[in-house]
Amino acid sequence: MRDVYVVGVGMIKFGRYPDKDVSQMGAEAGVLALKDAGASIKDVELLVCGNLFQANAMNAQKILQQIGQTGIPALNVSNACATGSTAFREAYVGVASEMYDITMAVGVEQMGKMGLLGGGARSGGESVEGVLGSGLMPAVFGQAGVEHMRKHGTTAEHFAKISVKNHKHSVHNPLSQYQVEVSLDDVMNARMVAYPNTLYMCCPTGDGAAAAILMSEDRMKQFTSKPIKIATSVLTSDPYTDRDLTMPDVNTLTQNAAKAAYEKAGIGPQDLSLVELHDCFATAELLHYENLGLCAEGEAGRMIDEGRTELGGDIPVNVSGGLLSKGHPLGATGVANIYEIVTQLRGQGGARQVEGAKAGLAHVIGLGSACTIHILTA
Amino acid sequence: MANTQRAIAPMLRLPTAPDEKPYLVGHRCPVCPATFIGENRVGCGKCAYIGDLPEVRLSDHGTLYVYSIVHQSAPGIPVPYVSAIVDLPEGVSVRCNLVDIEPDPQKIEFGMPVDMVTRKVRERTEKNAHGEEEIIDIIAFFFRPRQD
Repeated sequence: MRDVYVVGVGMIKFGRYPDKDVSQMGAEAGVLALKDAGASIKDVELLVCGNLFQANAMNAQKILQQIGQTGIPALNVSNACATGSTAFREAYVGVASEMYDITMAVGVEQMGKMGLLGGGARSGGESVEGVLGSGLMPAVFGQAGVEHMRKHGTTAEHFAKISVKNHKHSVHNPLSQYQVEVSLDDVMNARMVAYPNTLYMCCPTGDGAAAAILMSEDRMKQFTSKPIKIATSVLTSDPYTDRDLTMPDVNTLTQNAAKAAYEKAGIGPQDLSLVELHDCFATAELLHYENLGLCAEGEAGRMIDEGRTELGGDIPVNVSGGLLSKGHPLGATGVANIYEIVTQLRGQGGARQVEGAKAGLAHVIGLGSACTIHILTA
Repeated sequence: MANTQRAIAPMLRLPTAPDEKPYLVGHRCPVCPATFIGENRVGCGKCAYIGDLPEVRLSDHGTLYVYSIVHQSAPGIPVPYVSAIVDLPEGVSVRCNLVDIEPDPQKIEFGMPVDMVTRKVRERTEKNAHGEEEIIDIIAFFFRPRQD
């Protein structure tokens, strides 16, 4: 496997675009990434498109139909909320394997006001949602948070502080779906969705797209003098754990991915300048502090109390605003995380810039389950 | 004549004789031996054994592992309710509604003993083999705090 570099990134503001279609948004992000790289679609040898809800619509090909039908291999991937990051990883594998020199990953999703996701479970024609517990994401991640409360005495307020932090970060990100600061009282007193997650502790649904151009070292040198290297790309699925099939275990596969990523990259959590992690709910972010080794087991509550993950702290997390503010158009999310890390490593973060950022980690989880971790270095 | 009863999910077995009680079923790997709730499987996800996993009858009691209190759900689903994960003595857990308890974190204790109950949750009208309309009671299982 050879080294792979991110040479271009592009992203449209996450929000609601009822007048656009999926391939149009994907094409716009793709054009932004190509422009950022100083490359043409004619340079691209492989296009991977990540999209979940229209996975059968051949969006990779539809994107090419709008920006250049060069006849290259184009493929469509879906992997729940890890769809975009899986597309990015496939583009990475294409270059790392030496099959292609330049590849493009596009992540795109159009959700509109979709409402609560997940669940809808039917068993032999009978709906079981709300009768045999809840399979909807707010309850699933509520239970995951309550498990942390049970094990470590974490409080609802600890989780609420995550939301305060990410909303605070979001005001400096013009591409964030919401750019609104909220107080701890606002979060704690907001409408309860599924305990302990209130409204502001749940990510919104929305539309969006992001794209990245990946290159081999030789080709990269023709396009940029400030490359961002992909130090590692890891994808895991959920290993067997006792309750996983009843209560999705979002922890073990993240721990496994982190261990593999740090080992392969030769970079430890102490070497990271920033982390973009999968805060689909405030509860999730807190769990991942421990899963990613940012703190010891049971210490995540203290970590948020001490402000260590705020911009200006020793390991800023989700300076983009996170999924809680930036939004979570599923297929776009994983590539948008890469966009943020690349932006930061280039020193282009503006008011949300992490000073002297040298290494960043992007983490995504798709329930079912899939976990990706990419570590990028300047 | 009483309506026909039908379990909401295959993991729930309803009584077929008056002296029987409803129960949940799982399948146990003959090798490792992990237990899986619900219907039979191709093999064991824990140890990768391929072959039949014999059915086991699961206990009608367990302990509360964790929960969430659902305040917002899909249209038509009454809220608030407690969505819970219950650990059964057979080493398998089940997701359910925890009932007969206030949906308030102050009132819910981790590890509390809980017992299974079954209740009718809805009915549906179907045509039987003779073309006659028949009302089917849909029966679900719940867990509730142990009553001393």
